[in-house]
Amino acid sequence: MRFNDAITGAVLVVFAVAEIAYTRTFPSLHGQAYGPDLFPMLIGVGLFGCGCVLILRGLLARREQRMESGGQASASWLDLSNVAESSNARLNAALVVLFLVLYIVLSDFIGFIPISFITISTLLYRLGSSLISSCVIAIIATAVIQFLFAKILLVPLPAGWMQGLVW
Amino acid sequence: MDVILQAFALVLDPAVLGVMLLAAIFGLFVGAIPGLTATMATALLVPFTFFMDPVPAIACIVTTVAMAIFAGDIPGALLRIPGTPASAAYCDEAYALTRKGKAELALGTSLVCAVIGGVIGSAVLALTAPMLAEFAIKFSSYEYFWLACLGLSCAVIVSTGSTLKGVVSLLIGLFISTIGIDITAGHPRFTFGSVEMMGGISFIPAMIGMFAISEVIRFTVSTDPKPSVVQQPIKRVFNGIGSTLKSYKLNVFRGGVIGAVVGVLPGAGADIAAWIAYAVSKRFSKKREKYGTGHVEGLVDAGTANNAGLAGAWVPALVFGIPGDSITAIVIGVLYMKGMNPGPTVFMSQPELIYAVFIAFFIANLALLPLGFLAIRLSRLILRVPRHVLIPIILMFCIVGSFAINNTVFGVTIMLVMGVLAYFMEENGFPVAPTILGIVLGTMLEDNFMSSMIKADGDLMGFFSRPIAATLGVLVILLWLVPLCRALFRVISRQRT
Repeated sequence: MRFNDAITGAVLVVFAVAEIAYTRTFPSLHGQAYGPDLFPMLIGVGLFGCGCVLILRGLLARREQRMESGGQASASWLDLSNVAESSNARLNAALVVLFLVLYIVLSDFIGFIPISFITISTLLYRLGSSLISSCVIAIIATAVIQFLFAKILLVPLPAGWMQGLVW
Repeated sequence: MDVILQAFALVLDPAVLGVMLLAAIFGLFVGAIPGLTATMATALLVPFTFFMDPVPAIACIVTTVAMAIFAGDIPGALLRIPGTPASAAYCDEAYALTRKGKAELALGTSLVCAVIGGVIGSAVLALTAPMLAEFAIKFSSYEYFWLACLGLSCAVIVSTGSTLKGVVSLLIGLFISTIGIDITAGHPRFTFGSVEMMGGISFIPAMIGMFAISEVIRFTVSTDPKPSVVQQPIKRVFNGIGSTLKSYKLNVFRGGVIGAVVGVLPGAGADIAAWIAYAVSKRFSKKREKYGTGHVEGLVDAGTANNAGLAGAWVPALVFGIPGDSITAIVIGVLYMKGMNPGPTVFMSQPELIYAVFIAFFIANLALLPLGFLAIRLSRLILRVPRHVLIPIILMFCIVGSFAINNTVFGVTIMLVMGVLAYFMEENGFPVAPTILGIVLGTMLEDNFMSSMIKADGDLMGFFSRPIAATLGVLVILLWLVPLCRALFRVISRQRT
């Protein structure tokens, strides 16, 4: 998923302006000319500058592209050539992010074991394993992780639904 | 002497050796699987090291990385896909050798050179680090400020792709490091009222996100076809190695030295070392035309250099707390976590720990010979492990790993955000390494910058008031001028045409 440099540049410029505006609200140190706002402000200025150059570069590249194609084809703002054509692959990537969000939101309530089993088995199945092997691998992997982290390293993985059942 | 004996006792503990063996197997496995890099191996290990004593924790990382960097050569030679970026420089060369039916020679040379390079690098580390530390004890905030600048600038300049994007990547990292309670005034910055953000962005979940989650996302959307393994007997790996090394003994030495020196430079690590060593080898070879067609000479240079660079990168990391590459960036995070704050003082206060690190380096690199041999013999089996089965399991390990650092899901949130960010950055040609160095060095940079500013009362000349600081400062400014001059030159030459 490749954006034209002008787009990334514009995002950076907007971010930098917002960041600098926010740093203005920081209190200054009593009797000091430099406070907690100095360093983030310098970063903001740097990002702003880089963003402007990127916008310029992106626009120049677009113009060149258009000149090469004789003004026919419109140069694209977004290039998807290195992302798989199939909506399948895109769905898989979305699933990875979705499962992470699910873990963040629901792990306390559902518990580690069910959520880990659902995540691993679904992704395995989506990525090409058979249904049975997906489930078997997911059970084994979940058990190993639970044992390794909860039993040996004593990480308090959320128990959730399995409260009282987890060994 | 007492200290060295103590250090030996620390490392030769059976528990530590056991951890190292497990780490070695893990490193060889991860390194040999294309797409899973040595840095990712380290990031995945960190949650485990969290629960270990300092010596096994560091020994574990040292071993994993040494093994993974070599193991990256295996898919390079057999599939033409470098297992780790450090093998990319000579991947085509090794594959060309395999196509000629000389896979045994390619892998054997890689292995033996990796071992020799690793030992050279370890020796350079053990000899130079304590010397530098004695020197560094006199440094003030000015010197540290410039050193941090030097490391960050090197990281930007050597990063792949456009320098401008490297700078953006670095600034993003520095920005992330400013999140949380600020050091001079105790004011919460960019926390938006969140209590969890006040402590700052935890470094380890960020790391796991940038190196593992981004890779998971990339795998799921990638268009790469499944690689097929070359069918060739790989048994007598060490056949003819003696004569190869004899005829290229100068190359081995040169590769080792280049690797160690590049590694010592803050900001440049094993992968850069391999590229430079390969280029130098080609430049000075009598058979330059044979490069790229399956000529073992470049392999000797670059294969030695990347393992030497690995140890070299620990010199600035241990002495100044300035990482040489993204792996040592993670290591610095671990060292802080273990209370072994990198810097010259640790050489004085806990010398046995530092010597233990050196010893671990030697042991890991020597153990590479038998273990690497085993990995080569099992390579076909390892390469057959389907990646699509590993990816979901890796995802779960990442989640639990970043959860385990503070036992909150906030770590998982950081991991997710940083993973998505790293994915988009890499897709758009922004290198990720400068961001990592920015996150790691940001606090140190700001700390030294602010105390220097306050000391000098805003007078920028204060930054050049001490001889070493002035030298470093001039060096950094010259370094900044290089890309600017290059850009200017490009503009002028374009206008002429």
